[in-house]
Amino acid sequence: MAMKAIDPQYTADTKYALEVRNVDIYYSAFRAVKNCSFGMERNKITALIGPSGCGKSTVLRSLNRMNDLIAGARTEGEVLYRGQNLYDPDIDAVQVRRSIGMVFQKANPFPKSIYDNIAYGPRVNGWKGSKAEMDELVERALRGAVLWDEVKDDLKKSGLAISGGQQQRLCIARALAVEPEVILMDEPCSALDPISTLKIEELMFELRQRYSIVIVTHNMQQAARASDNTVFFLMDKEDRAGQIVEYGPTEQIFQSPKDERTEQYISGRFG
Amino acid sequence: MSAEPLTPLSASTGRLPQGEEVKQNVASRQQRGKLWQASLLFSVFVGLLVLLLLAWNIVNDAFGGIAVQEAVEVEALTGGRELEELAQPELVAILEENLRSRVLRNLNREQPLAERDAENLIEVILFEIIKPEVVATFSLYDYLFNRAEIEAQLAQDFPRAELEFKSWLRWDFIVNPMSSNPIFAGVRTALLGTLWLLVLTILISFPLGLGAAIYLEEYQSDKIFDERKPVGRFFNRVIERSTSIISTNIYNLSGVPSIIYGMLGLAIFVRALEAFTSGSFFGANEGTTANGRTIISAALTMSLLVLPVVIISSQEAIKAVPSTLRQASLGLGATKWQTIWKIVLPNALPGILTGTILAISRAIGETAPLIVVGASTFIVTDPTSIFSKFTVLPIQIYNWTSRPQDEFRAIAAAAIITLLILLLSLNATAILLRNYLRSRRVS
Repeated sequence: MAMKAIDPQYTADTKYALEVRNVDIYYSAFRAVKNCSFGMERNKITALIGPSGCGKSTVLRSLNRMNDLIAGARTEGEVLYRGQNLYDPDIDAVQVRRSIGMVFQKANPFPKSIYDNIAYGPRVNGWKGSKAEMDELVERALRGAVLWDEVKDDLKKSGLAISGGQQQRLCIARALAVEPEVILMDEPCSALDPISTLKIEELMFELRQRYSIVIVTHNMQQAARASDNTVFFLMDKEDRAGQIVEYGPTEQIFQSPKDERTEQYISGRFG
Repeated sequence: MSAEPLTPLSASTGRLPQGEEVKQNVASRQQRGKLWQASLLFSVFVGLLVLLLLAWNIVNDAFGGIAVQEAVEVEALTGGRELEELAQPELVAILEENLRSRVLRNLNREQPLAERDAENLIEVILFEIIKPEVVATFSLYDYLFNRAEIEAQLAQDFPRAELEFKSWLRWDFIVNPMSSNPIFAGVRTALLGTLWLLVLTILISFPLGLGAAIYLEEYQSDKIFDERKPVGRFFNRVIERSTSIISTNIYNLSGVPSIIYGMLGLAIFVRALEAFTSGSFFGANEGTTANGRTIISAALTMSLLVLPVVIISSQEAIKAVPSTLRQASLGLGATKWQTIWKIVLPNALPGILTGTILAISRAIGETAPLIVVGASTFIVTDPTSIFSKFTVLPIQIYNWTSRPQDEFRAIAAAAIITLLILLLSLNATAILLRNYLRSRRVS
């Protein structure tokens, strides 16, 4: 089977790092998401918001083909990255996930040392280099996630032995170590206290300079203060499929929403 | 949210206990809990009691008294001194006095008496003149508590016999081969057979069981061939069907009686594959008529027996690895196999090893399938290769317990203790290994 490669040199004039076109996502016969079309701007933070069950996490996971891991899940339509449809049958999901990293809802460091947590990604992706170069890479990733100063003396310590907020930043550092272009975050702060949450948000602003970020969040304030664009999802009451209600710059969504349902949701009247 | 007013509580016809009633109600509910707790404690004690009875039963037979009767008493030979105190010439003199000339000639032909050392001479004296013989065996209980009765009995039946304490479990017993005389019989052959069987069974069943478990847990829903071609679809369907038959029936397989596996082993490994299991195909000829009744046949049969349990426990251990770790690994661009090899297996290993060792230690105590597969009941040669004839501890025990003499019952008990020690050390290994692996995996 000839494997297609994602062209690393590809620079289209599109402003989107990732673009979703007419995506429908099914879990077996059930259509969980329908008619989804939106773009995620380069070097911007895109927030996906909406009430539980509206399909925002499903959409997020479809962006790096994590839904492939769920038996019976099927995606129709196109997810475009560097001019290539990620759901082309000849594209390998492994290739996709290197370029489009993911941070999960619950911090999930490996039961290995902090160092090995970071080094894991490069190692499995065929990294070649000396020990010193790996040390440097680990430091760069940890600095990138603003964790270096806190753990630089404990790199041999287990990734599970640090605080929840630190663990989540370790997971971000781990994602950075494979040099992705897009980072997907699935409610990364839902299990964290306000101070740790703030740190992650600050980190997101830092990361925006080099990466494009897509974040799913339940927290309206977080979406309002920490994103550039917002996509609002809602479940269609008739077929229970999630769909996009409104999508645009965060300021506009939160201050002058066009749709009545968006207005109701962000003002906390339902959801 | 509806704002309909709730029906007032007082309008309900049932009612909750109030005031003093609450106290009584709580007391009686707590009482019921206490009763259950007491009955649970009772079951624990019944278990403990059974365990103690079992232990006592074995110890009672494995240790105890024996009555030894000597054809000639030592004192009569030496004039009241111990044999060990005598000098070499005195020992030679005793032999020359008490043995007939023909026997003396034979001994001298082997090695002249004058040239033998004292130790050797004492052995000859014991064997040729004193001839100690066990005339009666007593259990530990009788030896300790019915002493007077035993002594009275002995004085009547064997007036010259002496009552001594005897531990049937002793070093000689472990290192001596099988013998038809219970005094000299040991378990070396059986112990070696059990160890060979143990190692081979682990070598065969662990990779196979773990492999099957990984496939069933991680790959079962994967499509190996190209779904877009009809041939690929057909083969995918065939693989899917067969693996799902296995995964739904694995629990049934683990419940099949062991003797059935014995019959299977007899039909396949001993008979059908005799050319291979006897070793003749490989040119390994033991010079015995083992046919297919060899260690390798037994190990293959045992592997069949433990395979379902190894698969199930490995599957459980793999299942217990959090899926978030798998996702994290895959999300970094690792392939499925890298994820399994570097994340899933290291985290599942403690559980897999414990499950496997426990399953195999269970199988090591099995007798039925080995009888069918043809373990030897009387064999004095140590197993030297996988194509040797063999016997194992449970078979040896079974064989000894079915003999009428008291001495055999006693050595059977000693063999049981040997087997138990072996099994307990296996289980201890499993626990230590698990703890070690858990602690090494930084958590």
